[in-house]
Amino acid sequence: MKMKRRDFLKGAAGGLALLTLDGKVVDARMVEALPPDALGILYDSTLCVGCNACMSACKEANNKKPEMHGDQQLWDKPQDLSASTLNIIKRYSSGTGEHKDQEEDGYAFIKRQCLHCVDPSCVTACPVSALAKDKETGIVTYDKDACIGCRYCQVACPYNIPKFEWDDFYPEIVKCQLCSHLIAQGGISACCSVCPTGASLFGPVAKLREETRRRLQMKPGKRYKFPVSSIDSGKWHEFEAPKYERHVYGQDELGGTQVMYMSAVPFEKFGLPSFPKESFVSMASGIQYAIYKGMVYPLVVLAGLIFMAKKNKNSEEAEQSASTHDQGEDA
Amino acid sequence: MSHEPKALGGRIFTPTFCLCIFIVVIAAYFAVKRLIFGIGSVTNLNDGYPWGIWIAYDVVVGTAFACGGYVMALLVYIINKGEYHPLVRPALLASMFGYTLAGVSVFLDIGRYLNAYNLYLPWQMNFHSVMFEVAMCIGTYIFVLWLEFTPAFVEKWGLKNFGKKLNKVIFAIIALGVLLPTMHQSSLGTMMLMAGYKLNPLWHTSTLPLLFLLTAIIMGFSMVVFEATISSRVYELGDETSMLSKIARIMTYVLGFYLVIRFQNVFMRGHMVDAFSGSFLGNMFLLENLLLIIGLVILAYPNYRNNPRLLFIAATCVLVGGSLYRFNTYIIGFDPGNGWKYFPSVGEQMITYGLIAFEIAMYTLFVKIFPVFSVHAPAESNH
Repeated sequence: MKMKRRDFLKGAAGGLALLTLDGKVVDARMVEALPPDALGILYDSTLCVGCNACMSACKEANNKKPEMHGDQQLWDKPQDLSASTLNIIKRYSSGTGEHKDQEEDGYAFIKRQCLHCVDPSCVTACPVSALAKDKETGIVTYDKDACIGCRYCQVACPYNIPKFEWDDFYPEIVKCQLCSHLIAQGGISACCSVCPTGASLFGPVAKLREETRRRLQMKPGKRYKFPVSSIDSGKWHEFEAPKYERHVYGQDELGGTQVMYMSAVPFEKFGLPSFPKESFVSMASGIQYAIYKGMVYPLVVLAGLIFMAKKNKNSEEAEQSASTHDQGEDA
Repeated sequence: MSHEPKALGGRIFTPTFCLCIFIVVIAAYFAVKRLIFGIGSVTNLNDGYPWGIWIAYDVVVGTAFACGGYVMALLVYIINKGEYHPLVRPALLASMFGYTLAGVSVFLDIGRYLNAYNLYLPWQMNFHSVMFEVAMCIGTYIFVLWLEFTPAFVEKWGLKNFGKKLNKVIFAIIALGVLLPTMHQSSLGTMMLMAGYKLNPLWHTSTLPLLFLLTAIIMGFSMVVFEATISSRVYELGDETSMLSKIARIMTYVLGFYLVIRFQNVFMRGHMVDAFSGSFLGNMFLLENLLLIIGLVILAYPNYRNNPRLLFIAATCVLVGGSLYRFNTYIIGFDPGNGWKYFPSVGEQMITYGLIAFEIAMYTLFVKIFPVFSVHAPAESNH
């Protein structure tokens, strides 16, 4: 019996050893792949004029209240993404801030919103599948009827996107869902349909990625056609091509995102973190998978524990009844 | 086995008990406020720091403190060290309230508590979610703890038939009571893996699950020593130092193992420089481990650990050091960027104090009503 127990403890220790292995070694899970009909947005910072039409359209499409700031109580002026702002245009400025899309003495715009990760942390984190990635469109949606409000999605999101209604007695998580309610009716995201310059461009991710490659090959200063609203809309403007950064943000970051950014200013200037290709999700759930896949390890351990607890409990009882028996005789 | 557990009896409304209830009443005020006006009305939580002390203390540290029942069940029923049997029931009692109140805290913390049933709907379950596993394990373990403690109710109320039935399945309950904490205590570590770059590299490592499991074990043992020392003084139970110092010896190995892994891990990932950089987080890392090392040194020498006072100090150091490790992982070493700051508000702290006070009050109440302590040969007591 002693041998058996030792064997069991060894097995348990082996299970524990798994825990210590590096995520890569036990990576039972690859980074998720892009769904075939994935939809997304290409935001081109160089085309954005900072008119904020997208912000206003977003609030209207999603029934969100305007946020005042400071003394002015007239118009919407959010400072960042919040429970009532799912989409915001922010401005980078340096030095004199005179020249558009210039790193020194210039300024540039960036649109912040949910990037709809190819392998979203929030979806893996959510215990009740309230956040889900649509199998066809890849849109990361939120279901308030499932959400328990644990806020693990906020901890997990590497871009700090999901927001919580802190002042509501029965709060919801709030984030961009790419206007999936409009898409269901054949429409496109509100921000893209109102964008006058095509800075926010809606479309299938595959086509948008193709478009990024086209733009990266443009000669700066030469005039080109840029589609407006949706890549399939047939509408376009003609602009001089800017001097793009040779990187599309969202192409590879943590497994890639369906909302992508192009810019003439380095992305870290906008406060966008530079990320490796591998997502934190695949590391975390790689470990979780290795241990809990099919609940095999836990069940084996449980069986061993039951066996030993029963054996030890029985011997304890035998001892106990023997001692009470002795006491009875003494009395 | 001549020392069967007995109810201690005695006055219930002691000054300690009344003070605890007073704190609970204040906490109840803030709990009601939170339920009516929302989490933001009571806490300083924000979108950068979505988790505060209700998670970091009440759940993450609190359940580690409540691992006494887990480690004692492991020691007595799995590793078959029957000699520690008298320590099991007091440890279970503390664990039972520790976990139950962690559950209460989670209920206050989650925003949409009425949706909690979704955790039990198969089509909503997300088996990839660490949070799901932790929620299920902790939820189940609370029941398991009450069942493990049920023999005390059976003895008190003389429920002989029920006791016999329970006795036939109790080994399975005990086994679950060892499996579940092993699972969720390690998963509490896995949970913060997903925080990615937001968690400082001094704490963010794929070894988090193992480190959390080990801290749960050493903190569980420390809590057993801590509680036994205090109760034996307060309730004049007689001297338990010989038994406690044997537990201390076991702790030496686990704690030593933990520290080796902890330092080796930080060193191998090349972040030991950060630890000694003099930065705030570096100092927090050093403080956390210094406390554990002080504990280890006292525990490692038989002369020290046989001294009740030093043993108590060692247990306290390990409890504080282990808590700091968990606090660092969940709040202090967590930086979402973008200038977010967090420090718990008064209301938030009061609810946490209220939960602790409730635990103490219930512990003192239960040991008087139910058979928990095995009173030792009164060699030490003068009565």
